[in-house]
Amino acid sequence: MKLDLILRVATKLLCPFILLFALYVQFHGDYGPGGGFQAGVIAAAMVILYAITYGLEPAKRAVPPAIAQAMIPLGVLIFAGTGVATMLLGDNFLAYNALDHHSPVHGQHLGILLVELGVLVTVAGTMVAVFYAFAGRGR
Amino acid sequence: MVLLTLMAIITVGIVRIRNLFGVVVLSGIYSFLMASVMIVLDAVDVAMTEASVGAGISTVLMLSVLYLTKSRESVPTSTPLFPVIVAAAAAAMLLFGTLDLPPFGEAATAVHQHVAPHYLAKSMEETGVPNVVTSVLASYRGYDTLGETTVIFTAGIAVLMLLRGRRKSTKPSTDA
Repeated sequence: MKLDLILRVATKLLCPFILLFALYVQFHGDYGPGGGFQAGVIAAAMVILYAITYGLEPAKRAVPPAIAQAMIPLGVLIFAGTGVATMLLGDNFLAYNALDHHSPVHGQHLGILLVELGVLVTVAGTMVAVFYAFAGRGR
Repeated sequence: MVLLTLMAIITVGIVRIRNLFGVVVLSGIYSFLMASVMIVLDAVDVAMTEASVGAGISTVLMLSVLYLTKSRESVPTSTPLFPVIVAAAAAAMLLFGTLDLPPFGEAATAVHQHVAPHYLAKSMEETGVPNVVTSVLASYRGYDTLGETTVIFTAGIAVLMLLRGRRKSTKPSTDA
C-alpha cells in the first residue's frame, strides 16, 4: 500500500500529540471539558488514523486486537472494582470518600480518577476492536 | 439560528444525495454543526463528545462499512407514502410535546430545582473538582456512568460477536 509521503510523515508526527491530547483530556477533565469517554475516543482515533495511513497490519502490530478486546471488559472491571473497593473499605458502592480516610476530598479525587480510567479503557478498546472488525472483513 | 438553518440544509442534502460517500461526509459535517450548537449552549463537554464520536469515529466506521458495500444508494422500489405518513405523525407528536415544555433557559423549572443547586454549590467542597460536569458524571451519578460503561461494553461485545460469527459460518468472499 503505497500512499502519499506527506500523509505518512504527518501521521507519524501527529500520533504522539493525539495521544498526549487524549491524556490531557483524561487528566484535565477535573478542571476543563473532557473525561474518560472523550479521551478514549481520541486515543482510539489515533490508532484508526495510523491504521488508515499505514494499513491494517502495522496497526495490528502496534495495538494487537487481542489487547483491544481485552480492554473492553477490563475498563468495566476497573469501574466496578472501584465500587467494590469502597464497599470493602466500609462504605457504599462507589462512595469514594472511603478511599482516603484522612481526607474525603482526596478520596473523591482518587475515585474519579480510577473511574474515568475505567471509562477510557472500555471506550478506547471498544472503538479500536470494532474498527478492526469492520476493516478486517473486506479482505 | 444560522447553525440550525445549516443543519436543516444538510439534512435535506443527506436525504436527496444518492452517493453514500457524500452522505457520510455530510453527516460528519452535521455532527460538527451539532457540536457548534452545543458550544453556543455552553455545553462544552457534550460538544467535545459530539465532535469526537459523531464527527470522528462514526464517520470513520461508516466509511469502513461503505468499503464493504456499494457506494450508491439503490432507488427505492415502492412509493415512500407510508414512511412519509409515519414521519409526519412523529413530527406532529414531537411538536405537540414541545408545547408543554417550559421556556428555554428558564431557571425555575423542576429539573433545576431538585438536586442541581446542591451539586453546583457543594461540588467544590465535597469532591474538590471544579468542573461540575465531571463531579456529577463520575461521583454523584457514578451508578449511571457505570451503567453507561456497561452499555458500551455490551454493544462492543455484541458487534464483535456479530462480525465474527458471520465469518466463521460462511466462506470468506470478497464481495461480502
